[in-house]
Amino acid sequence: MSPEERKLPATPVEQAADDAVAKAGPGPVERTGLDKLKAQANTAEANKIAIRRNEVAQAASPGSEPDLAATQKAIADKALAEKIAEKVSVEPLAAEKIEAAKLAAALKGYKPLPATPDEMVDATGKLRPLWRDFASAFAGLTADDIVRRTARAEQYLRDSGVFYRQYGGGESVERPWPLSPVPVLIAEADWAALVPGLIQRADVLEALMADLYGENRLVEGGHLPPSLITANPEWLRPMVGIPPQSGHYLHFLAFEIGRGPDGQWWVLADRTQAPSGAGYALENRVATSRAFNELYAQGHVHRLAGFFRDFRDALLGMRQDRDARAAILTPGPLNETYYEHAYIARYLGITLVQGEDLAVENGRLMVRTVSGLKPVDVLWRRLDGSYADPVELNAASRLGTPGMVSALRAGGLTMVNALGSGILETRALMAFLPKLAPRLIGQSLKVPNIATWWCGGSVERKEVVSSPRRMLLSPALATGLPFDRQEEIIAASTLSAKDLKSKLEAEGRGLVAQEAVTLSTTPALVDGKLAPRPMTLRVFLARTPGGWQVMPGGFARIGATPDPTAIAMQRGGTAADVWIVSSKEVEAVSMVPASTGPFRRMGPGALPSRAADNLFWLGRYIERTEGLVRLLRARNVRLAETGAASAPILAALQPLFKSRGIDPVPGIPPGLLETLSAAISSAGQVRDRFSPDAWQALVDINKTARRMALQVSAGDDAARALSALLRKLAGITGLVHENMYRFMGWRFLTIGRLHERAMGMIETLAVLADEKAAPGALDMAIELGDSVLTHRRRFTVATSRDTVIDLLALDPMNPRSIRHQIEALDEQVRMLPDAAENGVLSPLARAMLRCLTDLATQEPETLTTTALWAFRGQVADLSNLVTEAYLR
Amino acid sequence: MHYDLCLVIRYDFDRPTGAGRQLLRIQPADMAGQQSLLSCDITITPEPSERREFTDFFGTKVLEVVMAPGLTKCEIAMTAKVVRLSLGRELDISPPLDRLVEELEEITQIGATSPHHFLTASPRIAHDPAIAAFALAAVAGAETTRAAIAAVGNALHKYMTFDGDATEVDTPPAEAFKLKRGVCQDFAQIMIAGLRSLGIPAAYVGGFLRTLPPPGKPRLEGADAMHAWVRVWAGAEAGWIDHDPTNAVFADTDHIAVGHGRDYGDVAPVTGALRMDGGQKGSHAVDLIERPAVKRQS
Repeated sequence: MSPEERKLPATPVEQAADDAVAKAGPGPVERTGLDKLKAQANTAEANKIAIRRNEVAQAASPGSEPDLAATQKAIADKALAEKIAEKVSVEPLAAEKIEAAKLAAALKGYKPLPATPDEMVDATGKLRPLWRDFASAFAGLTADDIVRRTARAEQYLRDSGVFYRQYGGGESVERPWPLSPVPVLIAEADWAALVPGLIQRADVLEALMADLYGENRLVEGGHLPPSLITANPEWLRPMVGIPPQSGHYLHFLAFEIGRGPDGQWWVLADRTQAPSGAGYALENRVATSRAFNELYAQGHVHRLAGFFRDFRDALLGMRQDRDARAAILTPGPLNETYYEHAYIARYLGITLVQGEDLAVENGRLMVRTVSGLKPVDVLWRRLDGSYADPVELNAASRLGTPGMVSALRAGGLTMVNALGSGILETRALMAFLPKLAPRLIGQSLKVPNIATWWCGGSVERKEVVSSPRRMLLSPALATGLPFDRQEEIIAASTLSAKDLKSKLEAEGRGLVAQEAVTLSTTPALVDGKLAPRPMTLRVFLARTPGGWQVMPGGFARIGATPDPTAIAMQRGGTAADVWIVSSKEVEAVSMVPASTGPFRRMGPGALPSRAADNLFWLGRYIERTEGLVRLLRARNVRLAETGAASAPILAALQPLFKSRGIDPVPGIPPGLLETLSAAISSAGQVRDRFSPDAWQALVDINKTARRMALQVSAGDDAARALSALLRKLAGITGLVHENMYRFMGWRFLTIGRLHERAMGMIETLAVLADEKAAPGALDMAIELGDSVLTHRRRFTVATSRDTVIDLLALDPMNPRSIRHQIEALDEQVRMLPDAAENGVLSPLARAMLRCLTDLATQEPETLTTTALWAFRGQVADLSNLVTEAYLR
Repeated sequence: MHYDLCLVIRYDFDRPTGAGRQLLRIQPADMAGQQSLLSCDITITPEPSERREFTDFFGTKVLEVVMAPGLTKCEIAMTAKVVRLSLGRELDISPPLDRLVEELEEITQIGATSPHHFLTASPRIAHDPAIAAFALAAVAGAETTRAAIAAVGNALHKYMTFDGDATEVDTPPAEAFKLKRGVCQDFAQIMIAGLRSLGIPAAYVGGFLRTLPPPGKPRLEGADAMHAWVRVWAGAEAGWIDHDPTNAVFADTDHIAVGHGRDYGDVAPVTGALRMDGGQKGSHAVDLIERPAVKRQS
């Protein structure tokens, strides 16, 4: 077994209600702003470099001050507020009459739109039997109940940090996940009828893909116009003629489907590039089951976990050797669905990587880890194909891996899905699929797609001109969903017959006409009442050794208004869970495979270097934040006491602020907020490895600090606010250090924290314990070192330079002393990979040992200010050695 | 015509590089009936850590190399013996432009030699109205596709000034056209934009140019470095015709092709990714010398 197999899902997803499961994600916006991310990453990189340089450069610099004893506070800042697991009693079926009356009342005002089928009620306004339980339970809820239940779902989403990224006006923001808490119910029998059609379509697409990247017989035989392929940016020529290692091009697909006026399902779009949304479907499931827990528990709703378990097993099964791994490739935290990538990686227990984590060596794809390069045999990409390799594909991509295509050519790698699969999303292909299906698989399509005409053909142009009423024109090579990018769409009816004709003649090859979509409606919560809203479903298919599997459920998109074009989330649409309802008990499934043999403990997988780098810096930034807060608090306390900013002790602190680039005059200075942002950005890069609780706590503290910055004035006010921040920080430290598995990731986080703390204390002492420091500086140092009580206990005398240096620098028992940090660092460094080979220490371990020896042989008299500054340089170098050895 | 060909590309890096992966498209093509490659030897110093060959979509031989980190300089040297056959004085059997469109419709294959790849805008050659207007004006009166090709190439040659300093490798054709200056790459890409706007499939060719003119002939422009010209589809019967707008000639025995693609990006001699944080200097020298006609082989 390899590492992947060993890991259990970190989040007990479906297990809760079946296990109350999972999260869900957004659908369609796969591709915007990819490289933006890297710009930010680069800034972060520049920051780190600046810090390192600064540390090395500052050989001599002035003094500072003490810090107080605020003890690492009670760890649990109860970040995970008590979850209300309140049980709602289901109406006993006592008086059916009463119920019927309630039902009628609840449905009153629920009026389907004209000529539009509704999921819940039929054409006569009668409740469909499938919805009876739901509707009657809903009818029994008071307005308060509804608010409370909705809040419960939203609380869950907030607590787990589910978000998506929205672009607009040149910036991108994380948005809370817009859940519509009312699920879409679909009868098992309805679903069963749909499934074979979806599987068939997947087979057609696979065959089409094989032709487009193989012999191109369809074009040759005149069944597809050449220009749809040759002018298509999604047709990646370097991939032509490279057969997929696994034997298949497609492994994971989604279809966007909707129900037409006749109740029939239609395919609106094929998602073949790197479909998103499966993870968000899981999250929708968990959130919705929180809101309607009793209904979910009793409702015979098909579980989702089996689908994911089988796909994970399929991914792992495609590895050619057991030591290789499967990984998920993400464009990174600036991608709109990054949350989902991290979530799925955690859920499946599969390593999440970015392009720069990977390298190609002798035709084999490898991941850079802190233990060296390790082979990757299967890559589930959530990145557009053309970005995957800057050497052979899009040269401008900074998200890819040089040599990826070469690795595919060499045949050692299975890509899910094959690079180039984006071409299957081409809108104009929908015009041809119905005719191609019989040719490709010998059958007609069981589920139709929306009627589409490619306007490059004269017959098609005539048809469009003759019935323009319901025709929408859009770019033939577009790959978006029909309701995204409204700006590209022109209603044929808005053009005069003459203009339409000449437009089609002139630009026909570049245009498709599609029939305007009518979508069925489903109940959504609008102002506390159910109201019909248009809906589309995204359904997911995964290839397993047993064939295609369809996720029993999916991801529903609900329109913000009755207008079906307002369904896109970017325009206010919401997302809902999809319940496939069985008439009998459903099988409970879990991600964890049944135990089939003796228990075996598996070693954790190797940590990717980039993840290690981010954890290292996260440790440094959190510690740096804490140091700053202590420093600022000490200043503001003094300020409140003396009332004058000019007191000498405040001036004594100034060098410590200066070396951190902070102007301490505002109560909560911008520099502190920047450090927090840097911590968040580092944590954001490793969401798959960072506890959701700790993440939430970090986000929370950031929010609090920003709010305080606006309200707080310097002095007493700020001192109190800073104390509150310090307590919250202690909560994070507690969540991380009490709960994180003590392996490589934790080790780098810890090394970062210890290193930063050592640096902070050295600097503090160099400044505040200097012979020339202002009166009171020594006490300030003790306060900053959180050692007031200890000092009192250990020394009966007043503070002197010797007692302060002894306690804060040399005493190994003081958890804030330099000596303590250095010893702990040494211990961690010795446990890193290759710390010593055949008894020979690595350069890092050697430097570490030298630091330890140098410090251990010091006495308070010899550890002068000059010696401290020199030692600081020695410790600063450790950071560079760590980076060189493990983090590149 | 027998040639000895020699290409040397050198790079100097200010700081040692990280690992790098490069694709080299410098080996002359073997094209039945036009050009045959007798031998080719490519030496890279220092020795790459990985080296393999493949043929790209458009049929060009590509050498893929991986260089170990820490390069401060790198030299790529290629020597080859090539025979270039003269196509002789061609009859113009190309159709008029309106018939070309119909002939194009008949072509339903999209392999490497299909004209369909070269009809629409490509990553480095966008449609440009000014170039389109220029091309349209140039072909007025041209009775055949071949005549139209010559008309555009010659008009461009007159309009543009060869200038090695006016443009960069990434200068878009529209901009070079506005400047009225550029090198062979600019000439070729502008001509391609013009021909495509007329519905004529046009590809970009990378290759070499004879260094010393035959006695009594002028020296061709662009012979010191790798050269570029245009390959145009002139109908089902006439097939592909090479035209060199930098010199206003149809390419013949003075031109040795490496390969073709939609634009410079598809046939650039060196592409790839190298981690660098300093500057680099490069030089690049070509010698294409006719061998005394002692031994004739074909």
